[in-house]
Amino acid sequence: MNLSLKALSRGERVLLAGLVLLASFAGTFIHAGLAASRAEHTAAANRALTSRLALTDLALFTEARYTRHRSQADLHAAFQDHPGALEHFPTGSLAGPPPYRAPHAEQPVVPEAALPR
Amino acid sequence: MPNNPWFQRQRYLVDFTVGALARRKGRNLALLAVYALIVFVLASVLLFSQALRHEAAMLLSSAPEVTVQRMVAGRHDLVPAAYLDRLAKVRGVADGRGRLWGYYYDPSVAANYTLLVPMSDPPPPGKVRVGATLARTRGLGVGDVLSLRSHEGHPFPFTVDGTLSSESALLTADLVLVCEQDFRALFGIPAGLYTDLILTVRNPREVTKVAEKVLRTLPDTRPIVRDDILRTYAALFDWREGMVMVLLSGAVLAFIIFAWDKASGLSAEERREIGVLKAIGWETSDIMAMKLWEGLLVSVFAFLLGYLAAYLHVFGFGASLFGPVLKGWSVLYPQFELTPRVDGFQVFTLFFLSVFPYALATIVPVWRAAIADPDVVMRQ
Repeated sequence: MNLSLKALSRGERVLLAGLVLLASFAGTFIHAGLAASRAEHTAAANRALTSRLALTDLALFTEARYTRHRSQADLHAAFQDHPGALEHFPTGSLAGPPPYRAPHAEQPVVPEAALPR
Repeated sequence: MPNNPWFQRQRYLVDFTVGALARRKGRNLALLAVYALIVFVLASVLLFSQALRHEAAMLLSSAPEVTVQRMVAGRHDLVPAAYLDRLAKVRGVADGRGRLWGYYYDPSVAANYTLLVPMSDPPPPGKVRVGATLARTRGLGVGDVLSLRSHEGHPFPFTVDGTLSSESALLTADLVLVCEQDFRALFGIPAGLYTDLILTVRNPREVTKVAEKVLRTLPDTRPIVRDDILRTYAALFDWREGMVMVLLSGAVLAFIIFAWDKASGLSAEERREIGVLKAIGWETSDIMAMKLWEGLLVSVFAFLLGYLAAYLHVFGFGASLFGPVLKGWSVLYPQFELTPRVDGFQVFTLFFLSVFPYALATIVPVWRAAIADPDVVMRQ
């Protein structure tokens, strides 16, 4: 079959372009799946490292000690330097309240552990 | 199939619609570009947050089951080793170990390091292993000397024994691994005290119960279970995603008003076109189908172009446009590549919200014009 773009009408060319875009859209799902399986080896090594070093947090917010280990910082971490201290690091202002302090949030796994002491 | 009358009819309708769109090329291309840009921004935020959330959940799925901190006057304090003996007696606890870790502020790079004593295979005394990001920032290689100040103010030189792989930078960017003896000497922490404790639980379903028992046994402690860690990160990225969405909501609203106005109002030229089509024998259903094609072509193309550009932006170019807001920044910032992760439901929601309202909004005014008498429509 001789398929020439010039033989197609304008509408058919647009539909063909749409099909190409649609195939690329489906391709992103395939690409994501392949990338995930390619990264599995690194992911397994990193999980093993987390377990071996007993790590609790990602090294994403290293600027202050209460943002470096978000999951270990106490509930008023951003204000712990002195009473009434204002937050001065960007992470703190973009981190949001702890999950169990947000309105309509789920209860903490161990409720008493969330109480300030 | 191509000879099917319905199929032929749709082909002609598409041909006609594309021709009609091409007559107002500038206006329609501008609409398509702005539409695709809005989808691009929203899809970028969704894809990036989803990938970060997944990465955090995957990496932290092997975090300690229970971490026990001691609280003194509302602040995190060192834990006596004797607490481990008491916790070992808690039913359900399989194993308990003390962790030693702390922060060291290095004024030369104005950054905090995390010093940690590995529980297995620690470096020999006088040696350290450092995270790849820290090594790059300080220009350190194997055999170089990293000098820290001890708690007494004396220099404490360490030889770099090795660097941690750059593929683990998301976990180890600022880590300095030292042996227990050096850690205690550097910070002046006497033997018998730990930073916190970690527990392994026999039955994973009893983790919450064990944490409750820990709290009853040692009321001055705060147990943090793995689920809390995972939820902290999920909430953190949800919050950041929400913040970016709030910032973008003004632009999105402006676009909705613009697109609604464009889709739901007919120009005089479009009215005249509908009148002419009716006058030459087009049926109302043909006109509606033609306009539906117009709405679908614009919105589906905008969605696909916007989504594909977002996928490239996030996973090809590291979300360079607004990555810092979503993932944070600092002196010791890890270089990492996100593994592409697409959530079908999220993409479907974005598709539904971006395509259908526009396509439907084009139908109503066309229907109103198409059921009127062609003479009246053309005279308006």
